[in-house]
Amino acid sequence: MKISAFWVCVVLIFLAGLGLTHAAVNPYYFNALYVILQATIMAVAWNILGGFTGYVNFGSAAFFAVGAYTAIALDKALGLPLPFLIMAAALVCGLIGLGVGYLTLRLKGVYFAIATLAMAIVIETFVNNWSYVGGARGVYILTPEKHLWFDHYIEMLFVVMLGLALAAVAISRKLNSSRLGRGLAAIRDDELAAECAGVPTLRLKLVSTTVMGAMMGVAGAPYPFFVTFVDPISAFNLFVAVNAIAMPMIGGTAHWIGPVIGALLVGSLQEIITVTISSELNVLLVGIMLVLFITLAPQGIVGLAQKLRRRFFR
Amino acid sequence: MSQMVLRVEGITKRFGGFVALDSVALTLAAGERLGLIGPNGSGKTTLINCISGALVNDEGTIEFEGRDVTRMPPHRRARLGVARTFQIPKPFRSMSVLENLRVPLEYAAWSRAEHRRITDEAMEMLELMGLKHCAGASSGSLTQVDMRKLELARALAAKPRLLVSDEAMAGLSSSEVDEILETLFALNRRGVAVIMIEHVMRAVMKFSERVAVLVAGRKIADGNPQAIVADPNVIKAYLGE
Repeated sequence: MKISAFWVCVVLIFLAGLGLTHAAVNPYYFNALYVILQATIMAVAWNILGGFTGYVNFGSAAFFAVGAYTAIALDKALGLPLPFLIMAAALVCGLIGLGVGYLTLRLKGVYFAIATLAMAIVIETFVNNWSYVGGARGVYILTPEKHLWFDHYIEMLFVVMLGLALAAVAISRKLNSSRLGRGLAAIRDDELAAECAGVPTLRLKLVSTTVMGAMMGVAGAPYPFFVTFVDPISAFNLFVAVNAIAMPMIGGTAHWIGPVIGALLVGSLQEIITVTISSELNVLLVGIMLVLFITLAPQGIVGLAQKLRRRFFR
Repeated sequence: MSQMVLRVEGITKRFGGFVALDSVALTLAAGERLGLIGPNGSGKTTLINCISGALVNDEGTIEFEGRDVTRMPPHRRARLGVARTFQIPKPFRSMSVLENLRVPLEYAAWSRAEHRRITDEAMEMLELMGLKHCAGASSGSLTQVDMRKLELARALAAKPRLLVSDEAMAGLSSSEVDEILETLFALNRRGVAVIMIEHVMRAVMKFSERVAVLVAGRKIADGNPQAIVADPNVIKAYLGE
């Protein structure tokens, strides 16, 4: 029965989101929710490689940006509708994930992390010099005021993002409890022991990087239509990568719900602080929260909750 | 000649200029119990790393049940039926004891497992190993002896035909050594050939049908346990002149 409870929640959340677009609310809220949902997808995606498999990726922003630029290039060249752009971004970023995984997964720990950071810089340099998508100057995307049955374009983007985020969470949850997920956890715990228990570690790590890359590409594809101006500095922003790491760490990396909790909590706080105090302070907030959680609750909120439950209910 | 489970021929492994194994040959019949002994640094663990695929030997061939596995990655050897334990236990720490056994059942033994009964099969193996009481416990919280048993249980869950046990008894008390010995015998009775690397001579003598001795990367003796311990070369290697 637990499975259906999850799916009932997914459907209810999606319907609630749809309902929200028909209630006359300030469009700003859709902007804010879009940012939070984008962060959720990024966090869930990062966690598949970083949390489930144990490989820390500092290059998240590159996958995100490639997703965004794939959408820009295909929009400009073929004028494809958004769903196709999203699928194309998933494909391109999945392939980059596979390629990067193949080149770097023989590296471990900090060496892998640095390799992903280097990869992000290489791709950024490439985009900086690709004038078709604006190069270093950036590119403007024009979006219509209204879209089909939505009053504002942002409402449509919000619903798309909500659907994508729910799909990402469902995939991550499925992975977490499956045979594949157990293989990934075995790799994280001890790669040699996993290999000797019959786990094809290289293949599973490639699956992990591919899924991670594709998900991040999906998170990036609608981004140009959201901000309407994209340049490499904003798309390859280190803050995107830092958020993608911080949110799962704060929520808890071992369980699928961890990055969701982390993204909703930190993302909401960031929005609130941006609006009420300053947009600079939210960067500081992430830093402070990350330090606090790593020192005081290294298993994140999920780990903390499990610990408390064990203490009080046994 | 009975069917050979393992045939190692002339394997050499170098680390830079250091020769860890120097054309070692070793065979093992189906269901046989072999003790592998030798002073520290003699290449025992390197040999089993080569057999399990964790290291690739520079020269020589390794055949498992008539199939050349010399260049095969460890997970494929595990699928064929080669299992090993680690000298320093390597449990999957984020998982419970039961889940630790699910990994080999779902990977190494996937083609031989009863797919609808993975949990039951894992429980049966825990029972055989005397670990049933801690099935739900976190594997990182086990005592040393239970952790060694978990290593063996996880190897067993791969449903191997060859088990290499790397110092499963080091640092254990006398009664704990007997417990581990009993589980190794139980495994062997199921038709699993066992290579036991051990320094506890009482266990080696009790368990082994045959003993091989490695010294400085060379096999200096191989045969009947009683004859081996009386062999002047072996005594010299252990005690000096």
